[in-house]
Amino acid sequence: MNIHEYQAKELFKEFGIPVPGGVLVESVDEARRVVAESPLFKGETKPAVWAVKAQIHAGGRGKAGGVKLARKPEEVPDLVGQILGKTLVTHQTGPEGKKVLKVWIEEGSNIAREFYLGVVIDRTTRRMTLIASTEGGMEIEEVAQSHPEKIFHYPVDPLEGYSPYIGRRISQFLGLPFAAQSQMVNIVRDLVDFFQKRDASMVEINPLVLTKEDRLVALDAKVGFDDNAVGRHPEIRSLRDLTEENELEIEASKYNLNYVKLDGNIACMVNGAGLAMATMDVIALAGGSPANFLDVGGGASKETVEQAFRIILGDPHVRGIFVNIFGGIVRCERIAGGIIAAAQDVKISVPLVVRLQGTNAKEGREMLKSSGLAIQVAEELFEGAEKIVLAVKGGK
Amino acid sequence: MSILVDRSTRVIVQGITGKEGSYHATACREYGTKVVGGVTPGKGGTTHEGFPVWNSVFEAREAENPDVSLIFVPPAFAADAILESIAAEIPLIVCITEGIPVQDMVRVRRVLDSHNDQGGKIRLIGPNCPGIITPDGAKIGIMPGYIHKRGRVGVVSRSGTLTYEAVWQLTQLGLGESTCVGIGGDPVRGLNFIDVLEMFEADAETEAVVMIGEIGGEDEERAAVFAQKRMTKPVVGFIAGLTAPPGRRMGHAGAIVSGGKGTARDKMAFLESHGVRVVDNPSLIGKTVADVLASGKSRRSLHPA
Repeated sequence: MNIHEYQAKELFKEFGIPVPGGVLVESVDEARRVVAESPLFKGETKPAVWAVKAQIHAGGRGKAGGVKLARKPEEVPDLVGQILGKTLVTHQTGPEGKKVLKVWIEEGSNIAREFYLGVVIDRTTRRMTLIASTEGGMEIEEVAQSHPEKIFHYPVDPLEGYSPYIGRRISQFLGLPFAAQSQMVNIVRDLVDFFQKRDASMVEINPLVLTKEDRLVALDAKVGFDDNAVGRHPEIRSLRDLTEENELEIEASKYNLNYVKLDGNIACMVNGAGLAMATMDVIALAGGSPANFLDVGGGASKETVEQAFRIILGDPHVRGIFVNIFGGIVRCERIAGGIIAAAQDVKISVPLVVRLQGTNAKEGREMLKSSGLAIQVAEELFEGAEKIVLAVKGGK
Repeated sequence: MSILVDRSTRVIVQGITGKEGSYHATACREYGTKVVGGVTPGKGGTTHEGFPVWNSVFEAREAENPDVSLIFVPPAFAADAILESIAAEIPLIVCITEGIPVQDMVRVRRVLDSHNDQGGKIRLIGPNCPGIITPDGAKIGIMPGYIHKRGRVGVVSRSGTLTYEAVWQLTQLGLGESTCVGIGGDPVRGLNFIDVLEMFEADAETEAVVMIGEIGGEDEERAAVFAQKRMTKPVVGFIAGLTAPPGRRMGHAGAIVSGGKGTARDKMAFLESHGVRVVDNPSLIGKTVADVLASGKSRRSLHPA
């Protein structure tokens, strides 16, 4: 589960990680009011510059015009107006982009240097791993390719936990001035604490800046949480922003269906995640293009199949459906019964190919053939994929 | 021969009185597995579906000295269940549970490694896996038993139903399986491809190995390097997720391409370049194994390291 930058910064603040002061607005009027009333824009200590930042769950906002700087408070509402409602297309949004519904306004910093600081679970060491780099503001993957020597990795032993020497090593690697080193020790400590206590799966501070006043500040914040663990953190679960997610995916999650929308036009419905991926691959191998990933789980009951059909058909690009079920514990004739009942209830106006294999598959296939429904039946995986690709291409 | 489990293997089930635990304990027993009882804290001393129930793994060990603990405990409590079995020194722990928080598994794996570093010999299979089966010997997991047939091919996989697909093909072609191990779809887990390949290499009954991987991580690559250096038996590989978009979790917690790493295409190319026979069409896994075994070049000699 991902959250917005402003939410991540609020969590950072709670854990003692320094972030710039800021305020969230959802309209230009609200921005005007904030500029008139918030201490962020007043008094002796007011900053010389403000950052106006689009809040979407995707990186690359700056290049897409989602981050702007205001030199005077009165410029802020105009900049908010330019960003709000705009659809940003970045390398992480997909071609359809993401519409900006919230804007974060924060105090600018007097930047001397920019660093990268992140935490992930490294699959190879099987440990929480701290990642630091002198190349702040750049994509860490690019730095890893071009200048691996500029990245420092430190796997934290889960039984040992954090110790200040880890923060000191990172400070030394980054070449921090003495005045900033104890700040770094505290930031790394608090970051590890946050990561563990809230079951984060990924944290990126890019950039973490050193100001000309020798202060370290998290200028950006990107946080992802472990989907398996959000259940035990209601305060994190409440940060979920449904407007950032695909409607069909939200609908599918209500029925415990694992659905991921893709760009193609052949929908698939499969039991099991690995087989679902393999089914998408086989559709592509047969010359088609998969419209989704959909794992209906082991059961594949009439209700599950019916909801799955509804979700699949909610995607207007779908021109055909390929159901691929390997009957194991659940026998194929029961699955066939479920498919027939669901297909009768949900009006399916596109070609449907069903491939049944495994326990009592022959009986299941017979039932589908004699159902009177326009269902093409297949025995083998590739055969099924070829049939649906042919049906979709022929239908054009 | 087979690996890890056979007809004599004695199994307890943690979470035996739960819906899943109860159903599968019974199904495993029906297959012929020696399920000697189960554990549910608070229900010790009772009998469930004919199985004796203990309050703890320690009590179960005292009574039956089992070889395996099969775990069906809900995700929030599963790490604790695994840790209990490690503490009770059950030699093989098979965790079926899907959805265990990753940081729980980080801790479990660290405890397991430290136990084994001090001379322990405990193995963990899973979590988020179908389990392990030696056809006609022991079924310890949720896989449909009847699709398997005792035979010549070892199967190791990160997936569930995709494994059944491959197994079905091997069975239909009459090749059969020596043992099938589902290592699970989570990013942090117990046994890995390499561990299982090593056991298959040493197993007299296994003549070839099917390795089913998917996007995410580098475990398949490491396995391929191992196979090239240490294995005389042929390995046929399949990688799911060629069409998976980057950054999206495809069902399994570990099935995600992140930062451009772990793509199916890269894995397939890497495996191919390290002597693994890569199949791009999952319908042809069985046939490819048959071809490899029939080619007469099914065993190769090892180059000096």
